[in-house]
Amino acid sequence: MSEPRPKSFYALATFFALFLIFLYGPTITIAILSFQGPGGGLTFPMRGVSLHWFRDLFQEQAVGDIWGSFSRSFTLGLMVMVTTVVVSVMGGLAFRKRFKGSGILFYLIITSLVIPSILVSLGVGLIWSQSGLNVHWSTSGFGAQLTWTLPFGLLIMFAVFNRFDQSYEEAARDLGASPWQTIRHVVLPIIAPSLIGVALFGFTLSYDEFARTLLTSGSRNTLPLEIFGMTTNVTTPVIFALGTLTTVFSFLVIGLFLLVVWWMDRRRKAQGSDAGQGLV
Amino acid sequence: MASPLALVLTVFLVAPIVMIVIVSFWGATEFSIYPAFQFDNYAFLFGSEVTYRVFLNTFKYAGITWVFTLLIGFTVAYFLAFHVRSLKWQIALFLLCTIPFWTSNIIRMISWIPFLGRNGLANSTLISWGVVDEPLEWLLFSDFSVILAFVHLYTLFMVVPIFNTMMRIDKSLIEAATDAGATGWQTLWHVVIPLTKPGIMIGTIFVVTLVMGDFITVRFMSGSQSANVGRMIQNDIGLLQYPSASATAVILLVTVLMVIGLLLRLVDIRKEL
Repeated sequence: MSEPRPKSFYALATFFALFLIFLYGPTITIAILSFQGPGGGLTFPMRGVSLHWFRDLFQEQAVGDIWGSFSRSFTLGLMVMVTTVVVSVMGGLAFRKRFKGSGILFYLIITSLVIPSILVSLGVGLIWSQSGLNVHWSTSGFGAQLTWTLPFGLLIMFAVFNRFDQSYEEAARDLGASPWQTIRHVVLPIIAPSLIGVALFGFTLSYDEFARTLLTSGSRNTLPLEIFGMTTNVTTPVIFALGTLTTVFSFLVIGLFLLVVWWMDRRRKAQGSDAGQGLV
Repeated sequence: MASPLALVLTVFLVAPIVMIVIVSFWGATEFSIYPAFQFDNYAFLFGSEVTYRVFLNTFKYAGITWVFTLLIGFTVAYFLAFHVRSLKWQIALFLLCTIPFWTSNIIRMISWIPFLGRNGLANSTLISWGVVDEPLEWLLFSDFSVILAFVHLYTLFMVVPIFNTMMRIDKSLIEAATDAGATGWQTLWHVVIPLTKPGIMIGTIFVVTLVMGDFITVRFMSGSQSANVGRMIQNDIGLLQYPSASATAVILLVTVLMVIGLLLRLVDIRKEL
């Protein structure tokens, strides 16, 4: 039986619980307030309970082009997600060996991670405007967001390949697999759960990104830009309703990704060979 | 294999930085910018007292936020790594800490309004307890709310790397310390903290750079009443003064890189992944 928990456990557990309340409390509060009655304001007390503000979102145009911006953000999120996964895996594979310029490229990745986002926004915006192009979320906005998602994807890949047992690949090669076959049938299946993680980063970071798209998305806003625009001129709980909806959407996306990882893990365990286990 | 990566980073990271450096020497009229090679933008920046005040303010935000995120983040990670006993629970609770990272920062900022506003939860609670007679005005749209939002948004950037390094500490080292007669605090100070240093450094780099480069949190949470460097750049952009915005951006970048260079001397990130 395990030893009794020390006193410090209870103090730390309380601290942890308070931290979670701090983390989630505000979000839960606006979720509650988004059900304000039609006469209610941005703070408590609740003046009745209704779906009034959600209905507002679905009806009028007064709050701006929410659904257009949502579909742009969603499309952009998928584009960034796919690109991030592909480029990160390729980069991760490449970085297993030293190559010409690998040192510089590594520092660029770190720079990309720590550079103030407004610099990317401003720089990309300037390049586009000075070359006479129109900034658009699917070109300049897309590229600007990649500078934020790629470092995360690559750091995950570095961590994965640092722990990767290369004898699997050697075994595949010894059995006569071509380099591509080795990657396709050995490496990718092993790193698949981590790829789901990279995809999660790619999609959600893009979906929520604000600063890097600010000067690079042009006149057609993404959802975070639209929401930020609302904060300056909307003073009704409709903004809470929108906030609640996008947060619920984010939770659904996160849940979906976690579910896929869990499912892959289970399938792998079920299919895993028990060869050799009786030998030791 | 690395060429797509190199391509993206060249076009969307290196080229924009080069562009900003070039434009920082350009001139501007009220409506347009024109190519030139002049030091006016820099001369103006360094000659203005506002610049120093704004940079000082930026460091102040970064410093205070760093202290709070480190204390909270370390405690949370310590609890998860050393007091939660089953791996399943560790993963579940860790995920609970990281999920907000994948949701919108702007929504999370807006969420503070019902708490901190003049008629918000904090004020009405304080009044009903008789702590104050009138609503506190400094809860929202102040330095207080800016730092609160920073801590709220960025503590998980501390939790994740610190937890990651703590999980790799060999538990027998802790046992050895206890067996050798160390108290809990001594173990924490002489064993856990030194071994956690790399995680702390990585978290520090994240938090410091995010806060220093921020403009949106400061704008929203201070109600445009406080300024940091990011806000200064954004103001210039709003006035179409791109050369001056670029010059400020260059100085900001150099400052951030200098801070990171300093921190990187203390830890080798590549080894810690």
